[in-house]
Amino acid sequence: MGDKRSSDAAEVSDDKYSILLPTYNESENLPIIVWLIIKYLTESGYQFEIIIIDDGSPDGTLDVAKQLQKIYGEEKIVLRPRPKKLGLGTAYVHGMKSATGNFIVIMDADLSHHPKFIPQFITKQKEGNYDVVSGTRYIGDGGVYGWDFKRKLVSRGANFLTQLLLRPGASDLTGSFRLYRKHVLEKLVQSCVSKGYVFQMEMIIRARQFGYTIGEVPITFVDRVYGESKLGGSEIFQFVKALLYLFATT
Amino acid sequence: MSGDDAKPGKPIIMTKLMQWLLGASVLFAIWGSFVTKQVEIPILDKWSNLVLFFPVIAIILFGLYAAMVVLWRVYNFNDCEEAAKELLEQIKEARKDLINKGMIFKEVTEEASGK
Repeated sequence: MGDKRSSDAAEVSDDKYSILLPTYNESENLPIIVWLIIKYLTESGYQFEIIIIDDGSPDGTLDVAKQLQKIYGEEKIVLRPRPKKLGLGTAYVHGMKSATGNFIVIMDADLSHHPKFIPQFITKQKEGNYDVVSGTRYIGDGGVYGWDFKRKLVSRGANFLTQLLLRPGASDLTGSFRLYRKHVLEKLVQSCVSKGYVFQMEMIIRARQFGYTIGEVPITFVDRVYGESKLGGSEIFQFVKALLYLFATT
Repeated sequence: MSGDDAKPGKPIIMTKLMQWLLGASVLFAIWGSFVTKQVEIPILDKWSNLVLFFPVIAIILFGLYAAMVVLWRVYNFNDCEEAAKELLEQIKEARKDLINKGMIFKEVTEEASGK
């Protein structure tokens, strides 16, 4: 049976996956995430490329990216830097202009999202011919590492409220580890108005609104920089604002 | 034909806000008709206090349900110790392999520039 699976993967070689990595001060994590992506996607046999969109990081992320490009080649590592921080949505648009794949994977470059899940996303997408596959921390074997009780409570509470009000048909709305058909992501980015992390929530809500199909894969979210990750009043305010906006408009 | 008119092929798109308002007004209308005795159901007379406070009771019960569900989910939120351990090992492995491939890590560059 193991042989059959690998030959299946070889048959679907028409599909190509462009992995977008928006970075800002990720010089330490970038080599690791790229190494892991290459390891897992090479093993799975799918065609892929990694597009690094660095927003003028002062810590030399771009130099690190150039070194990686030298090691792995310009086919695999595509560099599309921008002069300064310009936001996530425009980073996706910017990266997609250079994407040669028919599927786009978006993920954080800070190692909270593990590339081992990408082949699982791809398998899931093929299973149901989904338009979007979303990683989820909230079901099955999914989960988090490095969160205390308060952080979990806020996360679960916010998720419950959102599920109740919006019934989005996806269990993890603020996660940003997802696979999209390229034209679907293009359309979604165009129609989303939110900024910051609530942008991810709007993307999945709009996906449902437009009738796109969504598959889910449980993921582990390893928050190694817990002390630094912010969950202050302004984030909660942004979240509530976005929730009410989507509640009234979708 | 009139049936066709009542069920148009295209579903009416309502925002979630509208759906909630519609649901709330329907429930409110039913409750109001009992409270104001527009509709008389003999059994309800025995429970008139309960009927009167039904909305408050329903909200409190739902609040309890919500609190229980959220706490249960917090309790069952997986802690991915294994995933964190795996990642730490892979970070070491990746650095070693990348150095072999000619990658110069930042610390080294800083030392070099310091000389």
